[in-house]
Amino acid sequence: MNQMSEPLVFHFDVDGDNFTSAGQASVQVKKNLRQLGIDPETIRRVSIAMYEGEINMVIHARGGDADVIVSDGCIEIILADKGPGIANIEQAMQEGFSTAPDNIRSLGFGAGMGLPNMKRYTDEMQIDSVVGEGTTITMKVNY
Amino acid sequence: MTINTIKDLLGAEVLCGSEHLENDVHSACGSDMMSDVLAYVKNQAVLLTGLVNAQVIRTAEMMDMMCVVFVRSKRPSPEMIELANECGIAVLTTPLRMYDACGILYSNGLRGNGESDV
Repeated sequence: MNQMSEPLVFHFDVDGDNFTSAGQASVQVKKNLRQLGIDPETIRRVSIAMYEGEINMVIHARGGDADVIVSDGCIEIILADKGPGIANIEQAMQEGFSTAPDNIRSLGFGAGMGLPNMKRYTDEMQIDSVVGEGTTITMKVNY
Repeated sequence: MTINTIKDLLGAEVLCGSEHLENDVHSACGSDMMSDVLAYVKNQAVLLTGLVNAQVIRTAEMMDMMCVVFVRSKRPSPEMIELANECGIAVLTTPLRMYDACGILYSNGLRGNGESDV
């Protein structure tokens, strides 16, 4: 893609009331990145990581804010919510650990793969969380 | 194998994306757990599932999949069909159960090639 003079920022309000619409922001980001001419493997990594994060925000935090910042060589995804926070981040990062309610499993999620998947598909991931206040996850994909 | 061959092998009905039937696919996966699809699947062009909600189509879109097959005659909502159309994904429904549908495709040469690495 062409050199960018300054980073492009895409902002989304993630609606936390409706599981059916969860993932809309990630689908839109995928379209935007395609239009920018980013390579398909990078697009897939960004959109999967963001999609898992978006689903998490809907399941656990009644939505939040999603920002995607596209710079030369790096795409940053920032997901911020005012949900319950994560009490034990190390535990939450383990594959198979989940606090999602049972009805979420019947919807195809809640298997405890979300955070591990986000880490797997990104080059950097930082979780800042305060119990009772919310969680901000910052992920970076280099390309 | 083409999506059209999948349709014939599974006795499936095409619900949308009939313009994609001649596209070639080289691998497939079967799962009702979308997070597992997102975790372990790489370059799988076809998703067979018994789960019916919009997240199935979005998961397929995220993974660059070309075709979703619903098993046991399950039918997606009009909203899901619209989403699949927007994403350019062919949607089929077959009366077969998951195990049989996967087995038929596998024995006709459509393999899994599941990789856990990005």
